Amino acid sequence: MTALRVPLTRAGIQALRAGEQVLLSGVVYTARDAAHKRLVELLDAGKPLPFPLEGGAIFYAGPCPAPPGRVIGSVGPTTSGRMDAYSPRLMREGFHIMIGKGPRSDAVREAIRQSGCAYLSAIGGAAALTARCVVKNELIAFGDLGTEAVYALTVKGLPLIVTDV
Amino acid sequence: MRDIPAERITDAVARLCVEANTNAGGDVVAAMRRALAGETDEIPRRVLNALLQNADIAREDKTPICQDTGMAVVFAEIGQEVHISGNLGEAVNEGVRRGYRAGYLRNSVVRDPVRRDNTGDNTPAVIHYTVVPGESLKLTVAPKGFGSENMSAVKMLKPADGLPGLERFVIETVGNAGGNPCPPVIVGVGAGGTFELAALLAKRALLRDAGTDNPDPFWDAAEKRLLAAVNELGIGPGGFGGRTTALAVHIIPYATHIAGLPVAVNIGCHVTRHKEVTL
Repeated sequence: MTALRVPLTRAGIQALRAGEQVLLSGVVYTARDAAHKRLVELLDAGKPLPFPLEGGAIFYAGPCPAPPGRVIGSVGPTTSGRMDAYSPRLMREGFHIMIGKGPRSDAVREAIRQSGCAYLSAIGGAAALTARCVVKNELIAFGDLGTEAVYALTVKGLPLIVTDV
Repeated sequence: MRDIPAERITDAVARLCVEANTNAGGDVVAAMRRALAGETDEIPRRVLNALLQNADIAREDKTPICQDTGMAVVFAEIGQEVHISGNLGEAVNEGVRRGYRAGYLRNSVVRDPVRRDNTGDNTPAVIHYTVVPGESLKLTVAPKGFGSENMSAVKMLKPADGLPGLERFVIETVGNAGGNPCPPVIVGVGAGGTFELAALLAKRALLRDAGTDNPDPFWDAAEKRLLAAVNELGIGPGGFGGRTTALAVHIIPYATHIAGLPVAVNIGCHVTRHKEVTL
């Protein structure tokens, strides 16, 4: 298993190989359906994104609320295909990695190749286990969206499989 | 006539919401252990081990097995000798509201399918009422995640399509779902009835414990043949390849019209949840 730390360099992403198992550490930003809609609206309005995209990681996830004394509730990947409508726009904005579950569309896979991005898969439904990889959880944007808001999660050793590069 | 106060229903639903989301069904866990014994490659074994470990952590920590704690689907089988003091629908929804808050479960319900503002308390539930003989009330809470729900399908087959057509449609639906519904999945199939009943039967088919036989030998054979066929697809645990794409296929048949063969396939993920109580 390869240890990987975000933010990544362009060369660091290009060195990934499909099928490779990695353990990711660093900050990942959660964004799913509703947050993606807003991120693209911000870009279309010429406004900045609420987090640094370049070399960073977007995690398609909406966590459970944190019980008292815990950093986060259960958290895991949602179906990536629903973000296919928005991802190419974000990929044009800066190279990054995406984390989710399930296959991407042909258009997204092509955009991944052209933009120097990568798509990695997490284990769907292993959310109690995945929560143990999260050491810090901070609300970054769109708090009104509840679980669909953007959270900065500091993760340690998040197990992923490189799916598209 | 037996009286059941609405408050008892609220308490039961609240408890079942938390229980279903944190305590993985013994049937599913046992089926995953059997699946693990049948996998030889590293990745499917790693994924199944992670899912089994995940179920253990959730049970020990009383934390949700999956972050998608679902839309609460509630089956209420009401004995015709029962009188409920209070409003049954409101009692169920209040139970969902309390259970999701007390269990730190995710609020995943939007008020309108297009305008999409979150209701903030995971209500309303989807409630299916049936009236049965007797003087008890049976409540089944089956929180349904949408990674798998989105991969479900209904098709109006022709009578001439028969069992081969039904089997093709089931295999095609599981194949199209790929890794999206968090395999290994439970496949619920409703066959017959009408358009809407087939879908409801498919949902009910997910409530049967995985690994149990169909009481009808004809359909039991069909289930076992389909399970082998979908596992030949090679989607595997987590969608990363392997022998275990499904843990079980469950079929509920019903009488239908001379002109039709409705078939619905409801996909359940590896945590297909259902807990019940009889009041």
